[in-house]
Amino acid sequence: MAGFASGPWPWYVAGPAIGLFVPALLILGNRLFGVSSSLRHFCSAIVPSRLEYFRYDWKQSGLWNLVFVAGILIGGFLAAHWGAAQNVAISGQTRLALERLGIHDFSGLAPREVFAWSALLTVKGFVSVILGGFLVGFGTAYAGGCTSGHAISGLADLQLPSLIAVVGFFAGGLAATHFLLPLFL
Amino acid sequence: MAAYLLLGICFGIVLTKSEVLSWFRIQEMFRFQSPRMYEIIASAVAVAAASVALIKRLGLKIVAGDPIAIPPKILGLGVRYAAGGTIFGLGWALTGACPGPLFALVGNGVTVMIAAIASALAGTWLYGLLRPRLPH
Repeated sequence: MAGFASGPWPWYVAGPAIGLFVPALLILGNRLFGVSSSLRHFCSAIVPSRLEYFRYDWKQSGLWNLVFVAGILIGGFLAAHWGAAQNVAISGQTRLALERLGIHDFSGLAPREVFAWSALLTVKGFVSVILGGFLVGFGTAYAGGCTSGHAISGLADLQLPSLIAVVGFFAGGLAATHFLLPLFL
Repeated sequence: MAAYLLLGICFGIVLTKSEVLSWFRIQEMFRFQSPRMYEIIASAVAVAAASVALIKRLGLKIVAGDPIAIPPKILGLGVRYAAGGTIFGLGWALTGACPGPLFALVGNGVTVMIAAIASALAGTWLYGLLRPRLPH
């Protein structure tokens, strides 16, 4: 049990655990499981704007989401200090492919040579963190949801728009992985 | 609000322990070199779908007493889902993180993701600015 709790969870524990957030939030307060709307609520709360998209009562519709997101950060912190840190046990093929792209550091959750403050102004750091983050924010706002809102909540409710969005997620992800990463890593 | 904080904390733990917040796992997924991410996503959707179906079948009410209702997403032209989804997908592979994991990574000590979140806020703001001119 201690080993189970401290190491990474097998997929058949991790997946159902993620799925259960949908009924938990619905039953708690009729809230639809989704994270990217927190970005909109943040903007609405901190940037005074006359843009119609940000003019709504964020406290009424979005405060729960901002609190939920704050919890995610705290949960990440707690989990990081729970059990010994381990490398992510990716497949040997993936490791080889990434080594060919010039990744050498396989410790931690993301390669430190790319995802560090000291690398932020290098091409690979800037493209991965700043450009990547920007596209995440723009894309999820445009699509009206991310992996949680569309891929989990939307698909679970059998919504066609979410299926289109998820196909887009993978089209974009595959294109970036196979055509963009080799250009800048 | 304390309940939402607690659920968020649980979700942050799940994102970390499942390793779905790892750039390495995302790369493995987009290279089809391990079934793990697909097994996680598929089982998450299956459990969520069964729960939603059960909630609808039973006509469950929320804790406060109102009936549970999931608003349908409006299809429109569908452009926003295809184009927005693809743009997000590009960002997902570049950062190796979707929005939930961005916050969980900061908690895990990958603090440079604060810059990714700030940039995501800028992206969201730009969408708000361009929204009247974009096809939806």
